[in-house]
This record gives sequence, C-alpha cells and structure tokens, in this order.
Amino acid sequence: MNIDDLEIADLYQELIVDHSRRPRNFRRLELPAYQAEGFNPLCGDRVKVYVDLDNGVVRDISFEGEGCAISKASASLMTESVKGKTKAEVEKLFSRFRDLATGKNDAGRASLGKLAAFAGLRGFPARVKCATLVWHTLHAALEQTPDVVSTE
Amino acid sequence: MSALRAVKSAEFDLLGVRRDFPALHQKVHGKPLVYLDNAATTQKPKAVIDALNQFYKLDYSNVHRAVHALSDRATKAYEAARTRVKEFINARSQREIIFVRGATEAINLVMNSFARPRVKAGSEILISALEHHSNIVPWQLLAEQTGARLVVAPINDAGELILEEFEQRLSPQTALVAVAHISNALGTVMPVNEIVQRAHARNIPVLIDGAQAVAHRRVNVSELDCDFYAFSGHKIFGPTGIGVLYGREDLLDEMPPYQAGGDMIRSVTFEKTTFNELPYKFEAGTPHIAGVIGLGAALDYFSQVGIDRAAAHEAELLAYGTELLTAIPGLRLIGTAREKVSVLSFVLEGIHPHDVGTVLDHDGIAVRTGHHCAQPVMDRFGVPATTRASLAFYNSKAELDALANGIRRVQKLFAL
Repeated sequence: MNIDDLEIADLYQELIVDHSRRPRNFRRLELPAYQAEGFNPLCGDRVKVYVDLDNGVVRDISFEGEGCAISKASASLMTESVKGKTKAEVEKLFSRFRDLATGKNDAGRASLGKLAAFAGLRGFPARVKCATLVWHTLHAALEQTPDVVSTE
Repeated sequence: MSALRAVKSAEFDLLGVRRDFPALHQKVHGKPLVYLDNAATTQKPKAVIDALNQFYKLDYSNVHRAVHALSDRATKAYEAARTRVKEFINARSQREIIFVRGATEAINLVMNSFARPRVKAGSEILISALEHHSNIVPWQLLAEQTGARLVVAPINDAGELILEEFEQRLSPQTALVAVAHISNALGTVMPVNEIVQRAHARNIPVLIDGAQAVAHRRVNVSELDCDFYAFSGHKIFGPTGIGVLYGREDLLDEMPPYQAGGDMIRSVTFEKTTFNELPYKFEAGTPHIAGVIGLGAALDYFSQVGIDRAAAHEAELLAYGTELLTAIPGLRLIGTAREKVSVLSFVLEGIHPHDVGTVLDHDGIAVRTGHHCAQPVMDRFGVPATTRASLAFYNSKAELDALANGIRRVQKLFAL
C-alpha cells in the first residue's frame, strides 16, 4: 500500500487502541533485576521498564509511565512479546520492529506477531518515536545503561 | 464553503483576506487545510511573498555601505521598514527600533546588555507563571551567572495573573520585570498597563514579550510606557528570522553593544573602536535585509486589513469556538481568562494530545500538541500537554466546526 493512502484506522488499529486503554503488565516489579527510564523531551513521554531475567531469559517484565496511545500500546505489546525470550532474541525483535515502524523493511513482519499491528506507523513518521521509546528503554535496562534514555 | 460566505460582512471581508494567503488553499491528506497553529507561526500573505521576491529579484544589495544604486535602494527599503515598525508600535523614534532575529534574541539582548550590568547577587528578576521558555531561560542563565534570583508571580485557575501577588513580589531588589503581553499556551491577555504602572511606581524597568500580541492587539509602546518590547516577524505574517526589540532611547544609549562586528562601529583602530549611533550600535554584521523588508510589507498588509477589524472577527471566532468546544463532553478548556485572544487550549479525558493531533491532522486540521514551550504552565494545570487551536483573522467559523467534528471523531475512535 502507498503510504499516502494510509488511513487513521491503519494506525489506530483495534488492538492498539485496546492495549492503550487497558495496558498489560502496567505495574512496577518489586526488586527487578534490571530497570531503566526513558524520556522523550519533545513530547514529555516518560516510561519505566522493569525486567527480571532467569538464565538470560526474560522471566517477567512490566512498565509504568505517561504517554500517548501509541507509546502505551507499544509498551504493553512489547512486554507481552518479549516474555520468555533471550536478550539476543529481544534485540533481534527490536530491530525488526524498528524496520517495520519506519517502513524500511517488511520482511520480518510475519515473525512479529501482534507487533505487526504497528505497520501503519510508516505513514506517520512523526509518531515512530512514540512506539520505539519503550524499546530503547528496554534495551538500556538490559544493557544496564545507568542514565535516563532519551529519543533525542 | 457556503458557511464561509455567510460570515462575510461589510466590516471584515473574510473571503477576501483568505484569498491573500496562498497556503490556505490546499488539501492536506485529501482534506481542505484548516490551519489552526497561528500561535506557533502565521501564514504569509501574497504581499509579503511578493515583497521578498521583488527585493531578491531586483533590489538586492547590502545596506549602509556602497554608493551604487542597488545599495541605495536596499538601504532605503530597509530604513523605510524601520520607520514602518516605529509607526506600527508608536515608538517615538526610529532609533528605538532594533532589528534582531526574533523575540528570543530581543530578550537575550536585554538580558545581556541591560540586565547583566545592573544585577548583583540578591537582585531579582520578576516574571509571571505564564511565560514562554524564551522569557524564563535567559533569566535563569543570568541568575546562575550573577547570583540573582528569578521570582515568579502566580496565576489563578483561569490562567490569569494575580495582580496583587505580582505587586507583592515587587521589591527593592527587583532589577527588572519581564512578562508576556499575551500567553502563548493559553491566550491570556496580561494586564500590562497595570504591570508597568506598578513597577514604574517603584522605579523598576519593564520588558514586555509581545510575540503573541502584535498579531491580535494594537500595540502602543508610548502609551504603554514599557521600557522594552520584543516581538517576532513570523508571528505577524512576516518572514522568519526577523524580529524587533523596541527600547527606550535613553536606556539603549547607555547600554553596551550586544554583538560586535561591522555596521555597529563608527571608527576602528587596533587601539580603540567608537561605536555607531542608535539603532546601529545593536545591529552588528549584515542584517536580515530581506526579512526586514518582508516585515515592513507584513505590517503594511496587516494595517490594511485593519487590526481592530481583525481583532473583532477573532473575538467572534473565540466566542463561537469556546461555545462549540465546551459543549463536547470530556473536553476541558485550559485557560479561561476573561481577557484572552483566540486560543483554544484543551485536554480530552483519557486521550493524549498527540493522538488528538495525529487524528486531526488526518482531517487536514493543523493544531499544536505538547507543552507549547511553556512547561511550567502545563505543570500549573496538572497536565503534561494540551492540544492547542490558535486562530488568526483568516480563520472561519466553518473551520471551528471542522475542529469540533474532528474532536468528536477522535473521541469515537478511542471509545471502547
């Protein structure tokens, strides 16, 4: 589909609206092994990601924060998608997700599962960062980057 | 566009002025553009675009330098625009009109050349809680560097300055009062006359940030009696990159130059430089000549439309828009001052402004979403961001209908 033909409903798919209204894993983990905070200075979105690993595999993950529907839904669906995955698998998923969101590469779409709902983002370049902030934050948590992560 | 025609009246020719703005007549995402982001920047009338074109095509040269014909033409046009600005804000002399990049640079000039030499540790700069970051951050820098203190006068729940609280904060330590004429985030018109009177009663100088005011209200700096007045060209239908600092001549005379270079000097030897007279002392380097000429054309155009007629039309739009929006369940207007210009800042229950902005954009409606470079204002109202529709005289009631319908579509999309 031509990106100019993308409609608002292609962006705000039912799955995305649902997760933005009722975000899953929207809580704080007590004593998480890893955590990081993400901030988008352009819009003020803030997100905290908490991760527990078990033998290098994501055993539990949650998030807290303030943001738009895209950022909340992205965080919610991300937490669902990465449970049970290794760090390397999470990074690979992030890379495919970013390619999908920016319209760079559709190849990994089939393997993205529910995350494929964000394909509509490629028609809304101003909103890509809303969806990727939480992934950057997860990346920072897993890398144990000490400071607040920024999209800028 | 039948609704547009109905608005046309003897006093204000809406269809006529809309024809003057080429950018308004386009489709965005297949829908007619509804441009409601005028507090960020205004569209340009053909008169301004033509003036820039004519200057670059025929009259282009540097100013104040050569003896050739083009330089003479450019200099005359440049200085004519200065006279135009002087008349527009009713300054006493062209010497009081300094061309700068914009309101931000004007405020930084006052901070560096006027405030810095006057403040010491314990001095106070008094601002309001409604300021744009550009009238907060320069003073914070100055405070950090000098030990001065930034003092903030609070606002009420309607987004109005509490004048008594402001007055209480005027003290023997106050070196300068710096306030917006009109709030960019909420549209509140500040009681600038009272502010100047009360500050001057204590011999405290006043800088007014007029960035949001000049396109909506007649500004008369002599009557207002402020010491400095700053505004940007691009918010009053002129080019970007050009703005004005008005300053009282006796104050400007005493102030050291802000930047150094060509054009601001009278004579230079390696031993000593004598500075040029006002206003050139503050205009180092080749100025934004085309911008100045474009600004002059914009002021001519706006005066021709009629500032008071435009303001009356905008007042009608504000009343109509306020009624439309307050009728929408789940919508909360932020900023309900009795004295305000045509700005409708709002939040929708359970829906983030960025989602509102994206959906409206798809309807061809351009609004600003975010903190509007006024994070302290957002904090005051306990919201991270708002959606802001800001109107100019070329907007119509039909466009406000489109906005209200757009908002309903947003709510429908996010209702589960």
